[in-house]
Amino acid sequence: MAPFHKIQDIKKLKLIANTIRRDVVDMLTEAKSGHSAGSIGLADIFTALYFNVLYHDPENPEWENRDRLVLSNGHVCPVMYAAMANAGYFPKEELRTLRKLGSRLQGHPHRTALPGIENSSGPLGQGISIAVGMALYAKREKKRWRVYCIVSDGEQQEGQVWEALMLASKYKLGNLTVIMDRNNIQIDGFTEEVNPLEPIIAKYQAFGWHVEEIDGHNIQRIIDACNQAKAVYERPTLVLAHTIPGKGIPFMEFLTEWHGKPPSPEQAAEAYKILELDRAGIEEL
Amino acid sequence: MEKTKYIESPEEKKATRDGFGKALLELGEKDPNVWALSADLSGSTRTEWFANRFPSRFVQAGVAEQNMAGVAAGIASCGKRVFISGFGEFSPGRNWEQIRVSICYNDVPVVVHASHTGITVGPDGASHQILEDIALMRSLPNINLIAPSDILQAKKATHLLYEQNMPGYLRTSREKFPTFSSEETPMELGGSNLFEDGDDVAILACGPMLWQSLLAARNLKSKGISASVVDVYSLKPLDNKMVEEMANKTGLLVTAEEHQVSGGMGSAVAEALTAHKTDAVLRRHGIYNRFCESGSAAELMRKYKLDAAGIEEIVTEEVKKNKG
Repeated sequence: MAPFHKIQDIKKLKLIANTIRRDVVDMLTEAKSGHSAGSIGLADIFTALYFNVLYHDPENPEWENRDRLVLSNGHVCPVMYAAMANAGYFPKEELRTLRKLGSRLQGHPHRTALPGIENSSGPLGQGISIAVGMALYAKREKKRWRVYCIVSDGEQQEGQVWEALMLASKYKLGNLTVIMDRNNIQIDGFTEEVNPLEPIIAKYQAFGWHVEEIDGHNIQRIIDACNQAKAVYERPTLVLAHTIPGKGIPFMEFLTEWHGKPPSPEQAAEAYKILELDRAGIEEL
Repeated sequence: MEKTKYIESPEEKKATRDGFGKALLELGEKDPNVWALSADLSGSTRTEWFANRFPSRFVQAGVAEQNMAGVAAGIASCGKRVFISGFGEFSPGRNWEQIRVSICYNDVPVVVHASHTGITVGPDGASHQILEDIALMRSLPNINLIAPSDILQAKKATHLLYEQNMPGYLRTSREKFPTFSSEETPMELGGSNLFEDGDDVAILACGPMLWQSLLAARNLKSKGISASVVDVYSLKPLDNKMVEEMANKTGLLVTAEEHQVSGGMGSAVAEALTAHKTDAVLRRHGIYNRFCESGSAAELMRKYKLDAAGIEEIVTEEVKKNKG
């Protein structure tokens, strides 16, 4: 069983991220509900993961030696679905069924609904624990695969997160990489106003974690940080990825109001124009 | 329903949590895929026996029940069969939502074992006497619930929940109670055992209240009241057929459990009754919408009328009222 072909060419990866952004806008507009800003802001990270970092096989989602990707902040699943469809897990036409009756693309991901989804999620704070369980199993049974867990920043306010961080450190889970989407927003406003997280890096370090701090829109840096984590001896790694919510769609960027709403058809048309221009710019690289 | 034999004068007293501990050891021996987790209570929950024998398949999660449930789900999603243990107050009391989404909705084979449930926890007092766990767990989809009534049944229940290869909940007790069943006593999903067969009233009990009900039935007999006693160990799925049969046969059901009367086994029986055309009366006996207190298990069972004398009193009252 051959794992998925890893794309190294950054230009190609940027074009994929551009496509994924377009897909997410389309899905949310069609669904008429869902979380825009976080999903679009994570397009570069999901592109890096599904098209370079992860060992996986879209034709065989249950491949035993695949890396595990645990999505903890399930509300950003549109970007995951879009990345999966573009990677070949299922036909792209299915993306437009998001949040509709009978769809495999549930509003928050469901493990048994869609092959390739490792965990049902939605209630925040649960993903890291599941990822710790997987990584602990893999370590004890000497599996070569790694565990990646995507978390939001607002989610760090859940106490369960810190329980999981402690245990990961106790069991020296060097095979676990948590990628935090540090976009500074949550439903009620900015994280630092709702319930401050800072100094978040120092907190993770105090819990025994190695930390890589990156620009979450620089695909090369995302890949490098995930590779760097593999070289860290017996410590789990946090990749603190600074992102801009809604990145790439200027009328959404930085605005907390875009956390939990979809674009209107008019706004979507505007977004497509912007993304077309971006695409042309990437082609010229 | 056929009557199931039991030991009428049991000699030994043992705790159902020990039955879990022994079964977990057996399963660990039999299946290398069995893992166990504890949240700083491996001794009390008897998970320690497994931990000592199979350290590489044991995870000490510390005082962190929410994380324990999630870690278990992660391990189970890799094809393992996982048991998590704690006092009922903390697990499922503290981590119900993790059990709901990470375990039940994820559909991974994790069995949640609550070792210290009900008022028989005793001197620790009301904070530790979970009386709401059946209500919490019974409402969840995709999980089986068993509350065994003695150590042998607890052993069998552990094996039974493991065999289902899906989420499970096992409710055991801290205190030692008489071992009145045998290796042959049935333990099936959706099953129940009729230990005493009588026509005037059917006492439906689970956990430690089962033995107390058997004793109560003897005293009732000397008063001229003939009582059936059924062990309703399978709380989910419930033996609906038994409920219908007992309702038709006796016309009067009394449930007895160390749980709030709201949401517990008695409520499950009430729900089952609504599906049948019946004039039968149901009295749900248990803890009536309150917190209890410190004391020995025996003292508390006496005070809250969940010992043989208390159950006898409740049943007599109901028989007088309804069959007068």
